[in-house]
Parts: sequence; structure tokens; C-alpha cells
Amino acid sequence: MTGEGGKRWLARKTWIDAAYDPKMRALAFQALLALVLVFLFVEVVRNTAANLEKQNIASGFDFLARTAGFDISQTLVPYTSKSTYARAFFVGLSNTLLVAVLGIALATVLGFALGIARGSPNWLASRLALAYVEVVRNVPLLLQLLVWYVAVLRALPMPQGALALPGGAFLDTRGLHLPRLVVENGGGLVAAVIGLSLIGAAWLWRRRRARADEPADPVDVVGRGLVVLLPVLAVLLALKATLATPQLGRFNYEDGLSIEPEFLALLIGLSTYTAAFIAEIVRAGLDGVPKGQREAAAALGLSRRQALRFVILPQALRIIIPPLTNQYLNLTKNSSLAVAIGYPDLVSVFSGTVLNQTGQAVEVILITMAVYLAISLATALLMNWFNVRTAWAER
Amino acid sequence: MRATSSFLCTLSFLSALLLGASPVVAQSSTLEAVKKRGQLVCGVNTGLAGFGAPDDKGNWTGLDIDFCRAVAAAIFGDGTRVRFVPLNAKERFTALQTGEVDILSRNTTWTMSRDTSLGLNFVGILYFDGQAFMVRKSLGLKSADELKGASICVQSGTTNELNLADFFATRGLTYRPVVYERLVEVLGAYANGRCDAFTTDSSQLIAERTRLTDPEEHVMLPDLVSKEPLGPAVRQGDAQWSNIVRWTLFAIINAEELGVTQSNVEAQRSSSNPEIRRLLGTEGEYGKGLGLADDWAVSILSAVGNYGESFERNLGQGSPLKIARGRNALWKDGGLMYAPPVR
Ligand SMILES: N[C@@H](CCC(=O)N[C@@H](CS)C(=O)NCC(=O)O)C(=O)O
Repeated sequence: MTGEGGKRWLARKTWIDAAYDPKMRALAFQALLALVLVFLFVEVVRNTAANLEKQNIASGFDFLARTAGFDISQTLVPYTSKSTYARAFFVGLSNTLLVAVLGIALATVLGFALGIARGSPNWLASRLALAYVEVVRNVPLLLQLLVWYVAVLRALPMPQGALALPGGAFLDTRGLHLPRLVVENGGGLVAAVIGLSLIGAAWLWRRRRARADEPADPVDVVGRGLVVLLPVLAVLLALKATLATPQLGRFNYEDGLSIEPEFLALLIGLSTYTAAFIAEIVRAGLDGVPKGQREAAAALGLSRRQALRFVILPQALRIIIPPLTNQYLNLTKNSSLAVAIGYPDLVSVFSGTVLNQTGQAVEVILITMAVYLAISLATALLMNWFNVRTAWAER
Repeated sequence: MRATSSFLCTLSFLSALLLGASPVVAQSSTLEAVKKRGQLVCGVNTGLAGFGAPDDKGNWTGLDIDFCRAVAAAIFGDGTRVRFVPLNAKERFTALQTGEVDILSRNTTWTMSRDTSLGLNFVGILYFDGQAFMVRKSLGLKSADELKGASICVQSGTTNELNLADFFATRGLTYRPVVYERLVEVLGAYANGRCDAFTTDSSQLIAERTRLTDPEEHVMLPDLVSKEPLGPAVRQGDAQWSNIVRWTLFAIINAEELGVTQSNVEAQRSSSNPEIRRLLGTEGEYGKGLGLADDWAVSILSAVGNYGESFERNLGQGSPLKIARGRNALWKDGGLMYAPPVR
């Protein structure tokens, strides 16, 4: 064969080889699939836009910059009816995150306590925990939210007959009214000092953890508390901070910090419900640690508490964390039931009011779905990271 | 649960759009579709006395309901060939856009943005309303300006939610909005004392007040804070259908003006008044232009009577609400009801 023809033959041979090579073939198919998906996506977007256009329905994302025109009862970010729809979106998002983060914290504490109580040798404690789990787990969440909201919080007295709580707080059918810290200027300074002292306390805590074999030292606990409290108090005094206590106005308690009953009902409902599931996960995790570990801990002279704290729980966490992540995701998604009790979360503000006032269903639903996806992925990533860390720490 | 159904409704709308099958083919005739189905599908309130509510036997009644029956009568000569789809404030426009209903006749305010960006058109005004506030009598309030700092219940997705914000913003007053998606929740919250005031269109406040356990303990403040022209809407792009719905409205108003009623309509067909003769199809071929029979208006009037009759039966002296005609009287009587002539 001549050189030229040989080369061509070779080239063809490699091409054919490639076609038979399973790796190359898989790659080609995947590329093809990706192309088809991209094409479909582009086609769907194009088609949707065309259909909306044909029906004379406004489309696009310009609406986000327009004035919203409605008010929202609870706003963590500054918002008035003159703010934009984009701002309203952030109000809804921050409300969702607030209830989710606090709900996760409460559900975790309550869930761990219940789960540990379930395995406790104390008969009453373990029975009570079992009863809680069985009742709460088996009643639909929506129903529980309505019970908290309508039956419990609505039954509270009107503002004129509000229950006075210690510390100048009041509880009535319009919510919980707390004294509010008023700092004329220098709110940023207060926040910075609180942050710094928290970091200091965390550092102390870590240092103590390094000596975890020693029993808790009460002086140390107090010390940690002081590290946070003292600087904050000092700064507050220096800035002449005052407490604004709630005062009964013509209709409502004013001046204080009011926590709406919609938020309270959602927070209590979500965390007590999820705690029941977490309790089961914790119990299963504790049961999953081999019995020998308990016995070994006892043989070393550790008390039941110490064994739990230093031997059993760290190992159980490895079993607990993956299903716990699921519960956190559930709680976050369940928070969208807020719409049933009027809490202004992302779903009720954005895919409720904004969707209705603008009529831009496609855009609003897409954004909402993307947000829930992002929150879920972020939670999962965080928990995976934590999972890897605890798995490593245990060995 | 309604929240779910509203979500499903939106979802079906989305999938229809995404899959390319235009959910309602704008070019195709709604009239043909309705005739083929043998039934008109009308989007109405979930339960608002006087406008649209099922009675204990499940029969729908109200001004908005009568209007649906009137359109059905114009098409089929039979006012019972209607299916009613109850819709809350949030669901209503999507239901019309997707073609789930042929007409939206649900105490809906005609506003510019709704008319121009939702792919629908309002055909006229069936009731001239305005937004008001209801409060407990015991508060002793004289005007809405005294509501500074009050908690106020309102339904989301309504014009009322927007007017409320405007009202307080223009006066530089604060208030606490308490917003729900469904009317029962709004009313329940107000009744339980979650709110100091409940705001919506005044006719709706009058109707909702009768549902409270102690109606006498509640009063409406005198302020009307907005214009709420309520009327039926249809999808954009089907001019014939718009015409049918619009002229059904004009027919019941003109009939009242001409003294044609449910009971005398047959006799009036041989009236010597040319205006009546044209309206009732004795003279001319006015139905043809709509794609209907020439006695279309006779069918409407035999089914539901004229505007005044429907008003009195549902909202006025013949009803528990006892709302005065006021702005909704005929133009001849000092009101705003006015319809172009049939000629
Ligand atoms: N006219 C106003 C308000 C209409 C409206 O939805 N009113 C409420 C409050 S009375 C209602 O009828 N709700 C009944 C429901 O959602 O089923 C509008 O068009 O936005």
C-alpha cells in the first residue's frame, strides 16, 4: 500500500474502532442526549413565549422592577407598598428562611430530647415520648397548623385583656409583644460586638472540647456566658440603649416588637411535627450503636449520661444525619403550608399575591421552583459536609 | 383543599403553555365550542350572597349567576344550560385564560392592568361598587381615618389589597395588614377578633355582614375609598364572543329602561314601540350579527328578567341584603346604568 492510502485506511480504522469502543459510544450518546435536551429546553421557552404573546398575556421579567402596591404584615427586609415586586420576593424569601431556620433548630432540640427519652430507662419518660411521637406523626400537618392557629392562638384574649408576661411582654390574639431594644445610633456596633463575643465563646468551647474527658466545669460555663454578655452590656450602656416596652394603643400593642400569631403558629406547628420524626430517627440511631459500646463505656466507669454524650451519640450521629437532612428539607418545604394560615412566606407572597396581581404565572412559578430547589440543595450540601466531618471525627 | 386546586389549575395552565398546545385557540370560536358542549361554563364566586352562592339545595343564585343564565339563554334559549365553576380571587384569571371557563362573572373589578395584560377583556359594568370598611360597633369609629394602628383583614389577589395600601400610604398612617387567600378565612379572622376591621367592596361587606353571628354588632364606615366597577370578562381575541356577552348586558339594561319584564316579555313582542320591537326581534335581524336567533333577548328576559328585576331579587328589596339601587339605578333615575341602543 502507498503511504497516502495507508494513512486514510488507518484513519478510517480508528473511526470504526471508535464506533465499537463502548466508552466512545457512551460519550457520543450522552452528547446526543444533551443536545436533544438543550434543543427541547430552547423550544419550550420559545413556544411558551409565543403562546403568551398570542394570547396577549404579558411575559418577561420586567415586572420585577415595578411597584408592588400591596403591604406585607411581616418584613425582615425594609419594605413598603412603594417597593418593587423584586423586594416583595425577598420579603417572602426571608420569611420562609426565618421560619425554616428557627423551625429546624427547635425541631432538632425537641426531636433529640424526645428520641433520647424514648430509649431512657425511665418508664414514664419513654412512654410519654412514645405517645407524643405516635400522636403527632399521625395527624396531618395542615390540621395541626390550623389547630395551633385557630384553636390555640385565636382563643387568646383581645389586646385590651392581654396576658401580661414577665419582663414587660404581652400575649394576645394579635400575637406576642416583646420589649424592643432601642439604640439611637450604633446598631451596627452592637451587632459587631455580639458577633465577636459569640466567636470568643465558640473558641472557648472548642478549647474545652479538646479536654472533653473532664467533667463539665461550672466555672467554665459561667465564664463562657460572661464572655458574651459583658462586652454587649458594656456597649449597650455606653450607647445609652433603652428598652421600649409594648404599650396598648387604640387597637394594638405598639412600640414593642410584635410577633404575629401566623408566624408563631407556623413555627410551633412545623417544629413540633418534625420533632416527632426526628425523635424516631434519633431513637433508631441510638439503637444502631452496638450494645458492646454501652457496656464498654460502663466498664470504664462512665455514667449513663457520659456514655451517651461521649460514646453513643457521636457514633449514632453517623446513622442519624442522612435521614435528618431529609427532615430538614421536609420542614423547609412544608413551610409553604403557611398560605393556609396567612403567614407571608415565599409561596403566599410571591406565587400568591404577586402572581395574582401581575398575572405572570409562568415567570413566578419558575422563580419559586428555582428557589425551593436552591434552598434544598444548599441544605443537602451543608448536611453532607457535616456528615463527612462527623464520620471523620468518630475514627 | 382550595390551595391545591389553585395550584393544579396554575400547573395545568403552565403545562399547556409549555407543551405548545395553545390552551385556548384564540382563533377558534367560543360560541361554537359552547354550542358543541351544549352548556355554558361560567366562573363565579365560591359563595358570596347576592352575587354568586349556592343555596341549601345547591342551586346557584345571585346577580353574577343571573348574568351567566342570561348568556346561556341567549345562546340556547334555556337559562339552565350553565355549569358554574366556583373560583377564589387568586384562581379566577387563570381559569379564564386556560379556557376552563367561558366567562368570568365573579364580582371582579375592571382595572386597566387586568384589561390589558392578562389576555382578557371586560365587557361592561354590571355593578358600580366602591371599597369600604366594616368594624365593630363597640369601637365607636366615625371614619376610616381613625383606623391608625389597626389590624385590617383583606383577601389577597384583590384590588382591595392594593387600595388598602394606597389609602394608608396617602394619609401617612400605619396599619397592620392581615391577608388570607380565601374569603372564609378573612371573615373568620375578623369575626374572631384577629382584626379590627374587614375591608372589601361595600356590597360584599353588606353580604358578608349577614353571615356573622351578631350582624347588629358590626357597622360599615361611611368612607368609600375606591371605584370598583364590577363586570364580566372574557378572553381576548374572540370578538363575536365579546359581543354576545356585552350585548346580553345591554339587553337586560335596555329592557328595564323600556319596561320589558320577565312576565310581560311575550306580550311586549307585539308592542308598537319600535325600540321594544327591535330589542325583542319582532323587527330587524339584530340577533344575526351576534350569531344568535333574532329573539335572543326574549330568551334572556324570560329566563332572568331585566336588570332591575335581577337586582331587586338578589341584592335589593326582594333579598335579605336590602341594598338600595343608588349608583346602580338607570341613568334616567339618576344612576349610572346606561346601555347603547339596539338599532
Ligand atoms: N372586586 C375586587 C374584590 C373581589 C373579591 O374577590 N372579593 C372577595 C372578598 S368579598 C370575594 O368575593 N371572595 C370570595 C372568594 O374568594 O371566594 C376585585 O375584583 O379584586
